[in-house]
Amino acid sequence: MTFILAGVHSAHTGFEVFWFIVIAILWSGYFVLEGFDFGVGIMLGVVARDDLDRRVLINTIGPVWDGNEVWLLVAGGATFAAFPNWYATLFSGFYLPLFLILAALIFRGVAFEFRAKRAFPAWRVAWDHAIFWGSLLPALLWGVAFANILRGVPIGANFTYLGSFFNLLNPYSLVGGVTTLLLFSLHGAVFTSLKTTDDLRERASRAAKVLAPAATAAIVAFLAWTYVNAHNAHNTGLVPPIVPILAIAAVAVVGWLLREHLEGWAFVATAVGLVCLVATIFLNLYPRVMVSSISPAYDLTIGNSASAPYTLKVMTIVALIFTPLVLVYQGWSYWVFRGRLSRPALPGVVEPAAAAPGPAEGETGSVAPEAGATLEESPLTESGTS
Amino acid sequence: MAMTLDLSRWQFGITTVFHFMFVPLTIGLALLLAIMQTAAYRTREDAERHDKWDRITRFWRRLFLINFAIGVVTGIVQEFQFGMNWSLYSRYVGSVFGAPLAVEALLAFFLESTFLGVWIFGKGRVSARVHLASIWLVSVGTMLSALFILAANAWMQHPVGYKVVGNRAVMTNFWAVMTNSTLIGSFLHVLFSALVTSTMLILGVSGWHLLKDRRAGHAPRPVFATSAKLALVVGVVAIVATMFFGDNQARIMERQQPMKMAAAEAIYNTQNGASFSLLTIGDLSGNPIFQIRLPHMLSVLADNNWDGAVQGLNQIQAREAAKYGPGNYKPILWVTYWTFRIMVGCGILMLVLLAAGLWLMRRRRLEQSAWFLRIAVFAIALPFVANTTGWIFTEMGRQPWVVYGLLKTSQAVSHIGTGYVVTTLVGFTAIYSLLAAVDFGLMARYARGEGTSEEHDDESEPEPGDDRVPALVY
Repeated sequence: MTFILAGVHSAHTGFEVFWFIVIAILWSGYFVLEGFDFGVGIMLGVVARDDLDRRVLINTIGPVWDGNEVWLLVAGGATFAAFPNWYATLFSGFYLPLFLILAALIFRGVAFEFRAKRAFPAWRVAWDHAIFWGSLLPALLWGVAFANILRGVPIGANFTYLGSFFNLLNPYSLVGGVTTLLLFSLHGAVFTSLKTTDDLRERASRAAKVLAPAATAAIVAFLAWTYVNAHNAHNTGLVPPIVPILAIAAVAVVGWLLREHLEGWAFVATAVGLVCLVATIFLNLYPRVMVSSISPAYDLTIGNSASAPYTLKVMTIVALIFTPLVLVYQGWSYWVFRGRLSRPALPGVVEPAAAAPGPAEGETGSVAPEAGATLEESPLTESGTS
Repeated sequence: MAMTLDLSRWQFGITTVFHFMFVPLTIGLALLLAIMQTAAYRTREDAERHDKWDRITRFWRRLFLINFAIGVVTGIVQEFQFGMNWSLYSRYVGSVFGAPLAVEALLAFFLESTFLGVWIFGKGRVSARVHLASIWLVSVGTMLSALFILAANAWMQHPVGYKVVGNRAVMTNFWAVMTNSTLIGSFLHVLFSALVTSTMLILGVSGWHLLKDRRAGHAPRPVFATSAKLALVVGVVAIVATMFFGDNQARIMERQQPMKMAAAEAIYNTQNGASFSLLTIGDLSGNPIFQIRLPHMLSVLADNNWDGAVQGLNQIQAREAAKYGPGNYKPILWVTYWTFRIMVGCGILMLVLLAAGLWLMRRRRLEQSAWFLRIAVFAIALPFVANTTGWIFTEMGRQPWVVYGLLKTSQAVSHIGTGYVVTTLVGFTAIYSLLAAVDFGLMARYARGEGTSEEHDDESEPEPGDDRVPALVY
């Protein structure tokens, strides 16, 4: 890939192309990983019926959400170091949306930890709202942001953003936002059906089946519009048609996979859909990193926004040594926390699903040792809010 | 633009000071928890001692996790706001400053977040040995994080390993950036002050519990007696080391940023055998109403020499104006003078307190000394005041520069509308105030040992047949 791209635009150094690809990979990883934990956060308001359901949902992502979010921090840091002008224009230009994303991530992040610290319902409900809205808002805004990066925003000389907050709200970018919101929700619903049992699993699967056609429609609309934009601008970048087609096909097939009870494959499909969506955006961008709606002369490219070659070289060495290590231990932590989560069998609570056949795949278990400690959490004393 | 600059500075100051309320506790507690859990692991053959260390680990772990959550989420803001509010800075320094930030995320953040997940949720799913290793890896992660972010900061204090190409600084030697003389001192100073912060918290909270035991007339609970002793031993070592490396930094500062040193002391004119001003009432310009000075001490501190020369503000101002062009190169004196004094003063108070505690401990009177325990409770505030004033001094003392000698703060700010900055300044301040209130409430509650019955049992070990079953920790 590096070789081919470097050959097409020989004006760019191999390091610049390499770091463009690295950043595309980091965003793909971020969308796939935090994508499902955003989706699980959204499912808190969709498939959870009571406090215990919400606890089960939160615990499916409990050990991993923080590590997933680090993909964003690495993407941000890598952009800062490898393409300072891109980092500077993007972050100062998209000032208010980024503030909203930060505010959402702050509330959501502390909510996971704080929610469990008090038992009274108002406390729980407040943090549940923080998790729901704190997941929904970034899921929408990341799509808006990337659609704008590709569509073009008013960037003038010296890489300066000349627009306002309202330049970022346009029909195309809103379609982009709805697309990521629906994709992350679907991804999270599939993940939930993969990681839970009984009723919760059923409801998540049903939610995913409803979301799948909507997400398919959104990604078709977004990618079609993207194609029209690119065609009109006579700049389709380097997108091989197979990539957006695969993105659509992967999302389109999710509903069928779920009806066949192939939850694992459905999760692979939503992940492939997200990776191909990010790939389409970056391949269409290349060699640009932000498009100027004023003039192509003001486009930010990997050439004019790149860091010094020495910095890129040092970073390449560090990345090549440590990335495999990170992937191994992060992968290992997913392995440690594999398996499904059930509602703990609480004394005095008749589990309606207890008689239902057990899950067909994955490991299952209940959390019996918890029961004594969580008596006051009994769903009988809590009113569901969903 | 002037408004945007001032408001952006306030925002950076507020968000950074708030972030750094949580960071030292995270760094210090992670290491101490690793030590505590190691003690529990090592005593696993001895039921009674194992039980004590296990309970100690579990008690401080709750406070650690509440604190960790806020440190993480406020850290994201730190990484983003260089680009949001300081985009001209980011363009200028990205090649040098961005690299340690990216490396920090890759090496440190992944390590601490992944293994924290394993540590919180993994008990019973991984072996005791792996569980213990995971808290050590979290601790290593927090220290690596400090190393890389301080490397970035040290470069702002004393730029090395770069050259200026066109209108930006370009890295020429990553090794030089990572072995910056300023970095070594500041890293160790911050690391040991983080340990001091967490030991002061442990000492104060344990003190509160020991006082309660004493009032109730029953024997001191071993969890808190042992915690207090551990805090005293580690704390004394850490405070001495903090002072040692702080002193080392002062010498480096006199060479690298003489203006900051002069501003710390409000020394107007170069002098030999300069005295150290302990405190001043009245104005700092040489006509105080009242002041206390220690003869020759400043020369000793800055130059290690009884009659060493300490440069004065006026001479440095003239020299910098000649070098960099006309302008005011003095920071705000009352800020540098007083923050420096408050930081050092808190340090000395902590040294005295910890040494007194150690003496009481040696004489086996610690649990009985109500006066000491009572002071220890209130002394929890001291490290936080010292950390905050220390950073305000370091950063305000470098002004008007954002990168010393290279880039002024006024040239670093983003060209964004004042309205946007007002929005985020108000927004962040409101969010952070709310978080502070919630965090303080939770910390106080859990420090008093309440709430554990309400919480889901963090630590319940799954039945032997149930390994592989994830517990509902949250």
